[in-house]
Amino acid sequence: MNDILKILPYSLTKQEKDRLLTRRLRELTGYHREHCRTYQKILDMLDVKEEQISSYEELPFLPVRLFKDMELRSIEKEEVFKTMTSSGTTGQTVSKIFLDRQTSMNQQKTLVKIVSDFTGKSRLPMLIIDCPSVVKNRAMFSARGAGILGFSILASDRQYALDDDMRLDLEGVRAFLKKHPGERILLFGFTFMIWQYFYKELQKNPGCIDLSNAVMIHGGGWKKLQSEAVEPQEFKRRLQEVCGLSDIHDYYGMVEQTGCIYMQCECGHLHASIFSDVIMRRMKDFSICDIGEKGVIQVVSLLPESYPGHSILTEDEGVVLGVDDCPCGRKGKYFKVLGRIKNAEIRGCSDTYEKQ
Amino acid sequence: MNNKEKYRKVFQETFEISGEQIDNAEYTVTAGWDSVGHMTLVAALEDEFDIMMDTDDIIDFSSFEVGKQILKKYDVIIDE
Repeated sequence: MNDILKILPYSLTKQEKDRLLTRRLRELTGYHREHCRTYQKILDMLDVKEEQISSYEELPFLPVRLFKDMELRSIEKEEVFKTMTSSGTTGQTVSKIFLDRQTSMNQQKTLVKIVSDFTGKSRLPMLIIDCPSVVKNRAMFSARGAGILGFSILASDRQYALDDDMRLDLEGVRAFLKKHPGERILLFGFTFMIWQYFYKELQKNPGCIDLSNAVMIHGGGWKKLQSEAVEPQEFKRRLQEVCGLSDIHDYYGMVEQTGCIYMQCECGHLHASIFSDVIMRRMKDFSICDIGEKGVIQVVSLLPESYPGHSILTEDEGVVLGVDDCPCGRKGKYFKVLGRIKNAEIRGCSDTYEKQ
Repeated sequence: MNNKEKYRKVFQETFEISGEQIDNAEYTVTAGWDSVGHMTLVAALEDEFDIMMDTDDIIDFSSFEVGKQILKKYDVIIDE
């Protein structure tokens, strides 16, 4: 894994990446077969013989729901260093992902490699569009808290933009910007929170802060904004209107494969790095979709060692737009997420904040 | 105050520990040194020594002892 982490995240062509994924994912399948009894049973049931597999696309995938129904671990209970939970709203069950130090560290390193490709190598002053209390409960990490902590390592200085009552702390934000004149600012937050508690406040007083030299990274899904009929394009346009922000990147990711996020490039495409991949599958028989064809998203990741989550079938739909030839210059698959498949439980990080 | 004293002081103040607890301080083992405490520690070290660490070094900064080696890269010598 240490050698893999030295490879630049978007530098491998399809052929090179396929070889890397197949080797490592086959190895992980064998590893989890040996270390997780439940996973072993599943493989036996499916009659999987990973050593005979010629491409990672043939490896089995676990439905993401399984991580809600079961506690899947490939380490002893005592070795669990952090338990991550997905963002479940009230009444929903949550995924539980068990991490040891090694996997957690690799996730953190991967996240840094991926994001630095967009923000540059140096750490930037970071404005977190959330409230400080979201990281207070340290024993259990929600997807939101984990996201914030993961990105915090990229920050040279940090400021929360909201107070614990979810009110915009405009004075604090202004003071922070004043402290870092001329520096590029990194803004991070979850899509819905940004819209609801940041944009809507700024809208009352457009131009009250200038973020034209900032870069925003946001994730967590669009579900809640769909009810307000806000499309991604509109989101960007309106933010630029109120604070001059023009460099905005959405990302797709999930707590089951933390670290391996899919960043949106300057052309508006989500990109798979060399640390992970997406495969779109047809609903009717799980065969692989053609480029441009809509399917259920399978995600594979090279990182999970402490839990058998290296190949998962999500409940999202998406479409691969191309491979290795995005105009932004990054290699690998680029794609679009279309939303949840019908009848799947509604879920998304930024959607879990219920207004009280 | 020399570097060694400064370095110890950062650990003492960040995690409210003293004596041997400082020498044995380790990520996830020492109370308070979790991912939140980690960022507080890094910020305090950067302030104290006026340095800016690379992200890889922040991630690898896993104990009081390992930290000494990492700070060397930034010309901060802890043990003479």
